Amino acid sequence: MRLPCPCCGWRDLREFTCIGAADYLERPTADAPPEAWDAYLHVRDNPAGPARELWYHDPCGTWLVVERDTVMHAVTGSRAVEDAQ
Amino acid sequence: MKRRASGGSAIERARGVPFRFDGREMRGCRGDTLASALLANGVRPVGRSFKYHRPRGVLTAGSEEPNALVELKRDGAYQPNIRATLQELHPGLEARAQNCWPSVRRDVLAVNDLLAPFLSAGFYYKTFMWPRAFWEGLYEPLIRRAAGLGRLPRAYDASLHERAFAFCDLLVIGSGPTGLMAALTAGRAGADVVLVEEDRQMGGLPLSQGGQIDGRGADGWVQRVLRELQGLPNVRLMPRTSVFGVYDGGVFGALERVGQHLAEPGLVPRECYWRITAKRAILASGALERPIAHPGNDRPGVMLLSAVASYWQRWAVDPGRVVVFGNNDHALTTAQALAAEGMQIAAYIDSREDVAGEAPFPLRAGAEVVGTRGRQGLREVTIRARGRESRIACDTLGLSGGWNPTLALTCHQGARPVWDEAIAAFVPRPGMLPGLEAAGAARGCFSTAACLADGVEAARAALAELGLTAPDIALPEADDSPYTLRPLWQVKAPGRAWLDFANDVTTKDVKLAAQEGFASVEHMKRYTTQGMAPDQGKSSNMGALAVLADATGGSIPGTGTTTFRPPFVPVSIGALGAGARGKGFRPERRTTSDTQVRALGAPMIEAGLWYRPSYFPKPGDPDWRTACNREVGYVRKAVGVCDVSTLGKIAVQGPDAGRFLDFVYTGTMSRLAVGRVRYGLMLREDGHVMDDGTCARLGEQDYLVTTTTAAAGEVMRHLEFVQQAFCRGWQLRLCSVTEQWAQMAIAGPLAGELLAHVLGEVPDLPFMGYQPVQVGPVAARLFRISFSGERGYELAVPARYGADLFRQLVALAEGLGGGAYGMEALNVLRIEKGFLTHAEIDGFVTAFDLGLQGMMSRKKDFIGKAASGRPGLTGAERLQLVGLRPQDPTAELTAGAHLYPREAPAKATHGQGHVKSVCYSPTLGTWLGLALVTNGRARHGEMLRLDDGLRGNRCEVTLCDPVFFDPEGGRMRD
Ligand SMILES: [Zn+2]
Repeated sequence: MRLPCPCCGWRDLREFTCIGAADYLERPTADAPPEAWDAYLHVRDNPAGPARELWYHDPCGTWLVVERDTVMHAVTGSRAVEDAQ
Repeated sequence: MKRRASGGSAIERARGVPFRFDGREMRGCRGDTLASALLANGVRPVGRSFKYHRPRGVLTAGSEEPNALVELKRDGAYQPNIRATLQELHPGLEARAQNCWPSVRRDVLAVNDLLAPFLSAGFYYKTFMWPRAFWEGLYEPLIRRAAGLGRLPRAYDASLHERAFAFCDLLVIGSGPTGLMAALTAGRAGADVVLVEEDRQMGGLPLSQGGQIDGRGADGWVQRVLRELQGLPNVRLMPRTSVFGVYDGGVFGALERVGQHLAEPGLVPRECYWRITAKRAILASGALERPIAHPGNDRPGVMLLSAVASYWQRWAVDPGRVVVFGNNDHALTTAQALAAEGMQIAAYIDSREDVAGEAPFPLRAGAEVVGTRGRQGLREVTIRARGRESRIACDTLGLSGGWNPTLALTCHQGARPVWDEAIAAFVPRPGMLPGLEAAGAARGCFSTAACLADGVEAARAALAELGLTAPDIALPEADDSPYTLRPLWQVKAPGRAWLDFANDVTTKDVKLAAQEGFASVEHMKRYTTQGMAPDQGKSSNMGALAVLADATGGSIPGTGTTTFRPPFVPVSIGALGAGARGKGFRPERRTTSDTQVRALGAPMIEAGLWYRPSYFPKPGDPDWRTACNREVGYVRKAVGVCDVSTLGKIAVQGPDAGRFLDFVYTGTMSRLAVGRVRYGLMLREDGHVMDDGTCARLGEQDYLVTTTTAAAGEVMRHLEFVQQAFCRGWQLRLCSVTEQWAQMAIAGPLAGELLAHVLGEVPDLPFMGYQPVQVGPVAARLFRISFSGERGYELAVPARYGADLFRQLVALAEGLGGGAYGMEALNVLRIEKGFLTHAEIDGFVTAFDLGLQGMMSRKKDFIGKAASGRPGLTGAERLQLVGLRPQDPTAELTAGAHLYPREAPAKATHGQGHVKSVCYSPTLGTWLGLALVTNGRARHGEMLRLDDGLRGNRCEVTLCDPVFFDPEGGRMRD
């Protein structure tokens, strides 16, 4: 598998680490109710089909939001977390 | 019987090749495979089947072979499950049949065949169930002894393997007419092309079947195209290479047999594991002929018709008198062509009624083979036509039940193929995978002319996507006769008819599975073991599926296929692991003092990838503890030196650096004064402790964060995430500087005196202070921090000076009655002080558990704050850090032991906690431990029983404060 890094171009899977759905970027405020924190910490989607995921590119230290289809195996987008949303 | 005919495009007769099979001396020709050489030597059984130990002969001429699996001697050991059909002959080759004893012709376990009525599908599940007490002692050893094909060598595999990477515009898999035309079209267009072929020779089916292409012999046409491709600098030809897996992003796994065919490979690797990255790929893998399940179809001498043709054309193996049994036009034309070339066709049997044609042999329409005879090999077949049986003497039976497109690679990412009624086979669904399309026979186009055209067409489509212009290319003329068949999956007649030859699965087993409720194809597969042998059922899965559909009354497409997974062909672990053995698997990181500490005789211990000295032995030391105690004494009484460069160091710089650190640490770093250091705690967002360490403010906008050795990578990744995800627009930069700085701890009452020798004076630096210093001409950093509880400094210099600094510091320490200390002493010193490592910070503890709740700021948000306050992460029910002292100071404590009330049994329900770290403290003259105990902080003074069931250690311990030595901390502050 290969992924595009905005810094480095297409690189091999072994240079990346995935931590799951990009919802993890939506951090609740400090005073958000426990339900919001519970959902944020423990309830993550793992869809079959289009997915937005957080990947870390180790050599350059960039966190990415990768859009890919887990059924069709197509990567449709990749942006640095700083530039995403 | 004469066994070599004339001709044979693959062999050089003049070059005889001696080899041994099962201890017998034989001769083959240069260019033979082991299978063709065995056939030419008249060897019929080449192995025994898995369950019934029935003699089995060569079935195919390719990598799909289920029967001819042998053990091959290589580098002094026998490699099991080598496919004789793929293994090229070389002088001195030694192979032996597997799954038989004492020999393939007389095998003791053949008695299993007589037990066949009791060994039906699900036999293991039904038989080895009761009584339960027999599972481990009796059944498992029995099953293990009988299970598995071939024997694994016990010795270390000394053979060489290699790994390599390739990148291309277009990968063409398969070099038959389709693949050759695709490669030619793309090659002429200037694309970077890699053409892979599993066989030693490129060309595909025309090599085996002859015929005409472009008005000349097909073989000549193949050679002409290959010459042009070889002349193109942008085309790479890779014979002897099997693509075994398709992965995301156009990555293909391939296995090249580099030295497997050489008598003396020397330094040539046996195999090379390729990772090929292709922008586009064309699967031109062709199709595999399928056998017919008729009674007695497993007898040596029964082969696929395509294999009979292949051994005849390429290796001039004379099959003797041949009966052909088919259900399709291709079978008849092949039989006609072979007869025209002089093969003795005794009869052509076709299950279809409406078959006719000119042939120099008897043609029996509407007939079926219902039985075979011959002890070690085929001598006669029984034919049934219109209810009447007759017998035909023969040496070989060529089966052709139609063809299955070789489409597995298109399904490796979860796609399912579709059913094509016209050819009674599954074909790939177009557009199933981005960047990969099947062409030619792999998608069900079976005539040579159609394959040639399809190869060009597939290349054109790929070139368009690559932005390249396809050249005009003239299509060569070739055979375009139609292929029609009437499906014939099984001959319904008495007797066992095999589907999976390797695993001994018969049509009866599949029917029994359906009858017993294992009617889904995945269940049937597991119940009968259909398709689970090394060949993965390449020649049998389709037939088994059809028999299952028939038994359940369903349709074949409705029944569906099992899941296709990589690898498509067996790949040795040695090849997968190429380059990653020993230190290739786990490289070493060495500190700048590495050479010196090893020269001092220190045994090294691993800390992540780092190597650190555990202790420094002296002559006469009775044991390691003597050295450890001595080194603890250096630090407590004089001065010790230790390389601590492996701790992670991260520079955090910029106007918002302080604000950022406030967000990742539980404490407030923005208010730290320049020149000061603070102990800090980082939490994960789920409220548990991630790591601890120090944070020094080197300048107004310049911080240096240290991490533990083990967590350096994780902390760096975490900080990058927090900055990029939640601190957008903040002005700061992070950089790991772990390897840029060599850092030495200097600890002990005489630490200041030692430093005076290095710096010219005793540094005027308060506890938890930082200042830049000069070590001679070298700009260095001095921190006054302590991980031992003594007056302590850490002196950091650019890494290139690390070795010199360490040597100088150790010499000075020795002059003051101290010396170097290793990890064992460091651990004792920190336990005496109750300082933490990842032994305690095990991923399950919170700041509260460690008694560090006071370090969590109430005034600001930080990572992990919200979760750390949630119910269940604080309170009396938590395991809390405590110290342990044994009642008897000489009683050894063991890490990992559990703690129980003194009289309670060692049962989980009575567990009070567990021991995290232990040491013998020479300072206090007793064993000490750090433990996590339920509500531990409120239980100081209580006595518990330590019970280490694993090591058989039991003793009584008292809970206490985790700081055993100098609890006021005066020694490190003075
Ligand atoms: Zn990158």
